[in-house]
Amino acid sequence: MFRRWYLRDFILLIIYIAVLYGAWVALEYAAVYWPSMRYYNRILVMMGINITLAVSLNIINGHAGQFSLGHAGFMAVGAYSAAYLSVYYFGPYVAKMPDGSAQQIVWQNLLLIVAVLAGGLMSAIAGYIVGLPSLRLRGDYLAIVTLGFGEIIRVLILNIEAIGAARGLSGIPAWSSFFWVFFFCGLTILISNRLVSSSVGRAFLAIREDQIAAESMGIDTTRYKVKAFIIGSCLAGVAGGLFAHYTPAYLNPTGFTFIRSFEVVAMVVLGGLGSISGSIVAAIILTLLPEALRPVKDYMPGGRDPRMVIYSIMLIVLMLTRPQGLFGRKELWQFLPRRKDSLPNEARDEGNADDKLDRDAAPPVT
Amino acid sequence: MTSILSIRNLEVGYGTIAALHGIGLDVQKGEIVTLIGANGAGKTTTLRTISGLLKPRKGEVTFNGQNISGVKPHIITGKGVSHVPEGRGIFANLSVADNLELGAYLRKDKIQKSEYDRIFSLFPVLKERIKQNAGTLSGGEQQMLAISRALMAKPTVLLLDEPSLGLAPQMVQTIFRVIREINAEGTTILLVEQNAHMALVTAHRGYVMETGRIVVSDETKALLASDRIKKAYLGG
Repeated sequence: MFRRWYLRDFILLIIYIAVLYGAWVALEYAAVYWPSMRYYNRILVMMGINITLAVSLNIINGHAGQFSLGHAGFMAVGAYSAAYLSVYYFGPYVAKMPDGSAQQIVWQNLLLIVAVLAGGLMSAIAGYIVGLPSLRLRGDYLAIVTLGFGEIIRVLILNIEAIGAARGLSGIPAWSSFFWVFFFCGLTILISNRLVSSSVGRAFLAIREDQIAAESMGIDTTRYKVKAFIIGSCLAGVAGGLFAHYTPAYLNPTGFTFIRSFEVVAMVVLGGLGSISGSIVAAIILTLLPEALRPVKDYMPGGRDPRMVIYSIMLIVLMLTRPQGLFGRKELWQFLPRRKDSLPNEARDEGNADDKLDRDAAPPVT
Repeated sequence: MTSILSIRNLEVGYGTIAALHGIGLDVQKGEIVTLIGANGAGKTTTLRTISGLLKPRKGEVTFNGQNISGVKPHIITGKGVSHVPEGRGIFANLSVADNLELGAYLRKDKIQKSEYDRIFSLFPVLKERIKQNAGTLSGGEQQMLAISRALMAKPTVLLLDEPSLGLAPQMVQTIFRVIREINAEGTTILLVEQNAHMALVTAHRGYVMETGRIVVSDETKALLASDRIKKAYLGG
């Protein structure tokens, strides 16, 4: 499914983890001296979660071309499943251990991963169930079904007493951190990147471009559409699980309305459908924008907050000037003049070209 | 003679409207068979049913002696029937190379360099365009790409749906010359056309369709000489 791993990839991965860990420790220390750093720290984490959501939705909407408006629903399934495990099983188990002991730290991180992956698994199952109707529906109709799915999930949560119903679910251990959020964020980007250049990714693109032609090429469109849903929703569930465990570690169904889905769709569309780096940049912009606009309130008469008005106007202007999104279907590095061994992304890109040479005889280019 | 592809009593419809009223046709190994007729006669419907994009109500399609009616399209493609859809259906935002590679999607073996060479010898222009997005090609080049892409699957039978649609006369000549070449190399071809003259000149045998029925079938030489066909389809 994916191309094989090279030593270089492992080295890059280790460097990534080391840098993440360093940044995390630095942020934690900074927060001790400057308490306001907690605010920026939180924005960074939300950014990481939004990037994960946008990149995962980009697999469904951008690559496979199946318009889904239910991403908040998938995120909710992952968040609540992970939180349920932690509140009722993992949390009490870790709480018995001596506070601050190495044993406790190891277990809580281990169990966080288990909870988050379980959340991802539950979302993947939900993705499979929602993916099935996509066999019959196209375009707008699919969008409506997924929108409905998101709302069904929210209403279900509102009515399940065991996960707090309308009161929300509190008492989730706050185990998530900058490190884990960006670890899974990086993993999501990596998976998405590898997927595009794999045969599965090719099938997604073919379905997006022309479904009938894709079928004539021998692509089982049904199977690949469901696959896109499963992968995308699984990663959204992982994001949800990390979100659930991040301070204040409280979940409420009102956080998973269709407005949340639209936010993620806005990120993907703004970045350019099908562009991974576009989704990342758009997720960063749309997370920072509302925060950056907070001070505007101080200059307004009567202290009214025009933040969301400006946010909306900027979105409209951006979409009017670049209807194909910031990057269109291209990736960031495709805009740069080509240099050798400069960006890890570019290196990956070249790696794929090598791989093509390995796999098939490449068409001779003159 | 054993036919590689045969249709018996095929009925297909869209909703309550019947498009094919029990048609039958045979394609022998190695020949070019053409299906001509006016708009709405059911030519495209026939092709789409063969490749599995439509499910028949009645009747059967057999390929190499196996019943393939109602089988999913990707399985039929896997058996060796490649369909070049009407309007070409190329992947506009992917490169020409990607399009060709997707044509070989079901194959387990490696794509040989000689296969690209063969395609470039059929359509030299594709070699110049290999890295371009397929959507930037001209209509004729897109049709060449669509045919080449279908060939990448190494089909036994190639279904061509109106390859001359919207093309300049010179381009039509090129496409039909290549169709004959592909056939000469051993691929059986079922050709749907509105350009009856070109189709009849190129093919060995022809079927004429009218409103969901096959009304005439014969050797193309005979069809070209027939007064009825001349009057209805050849402009005199």
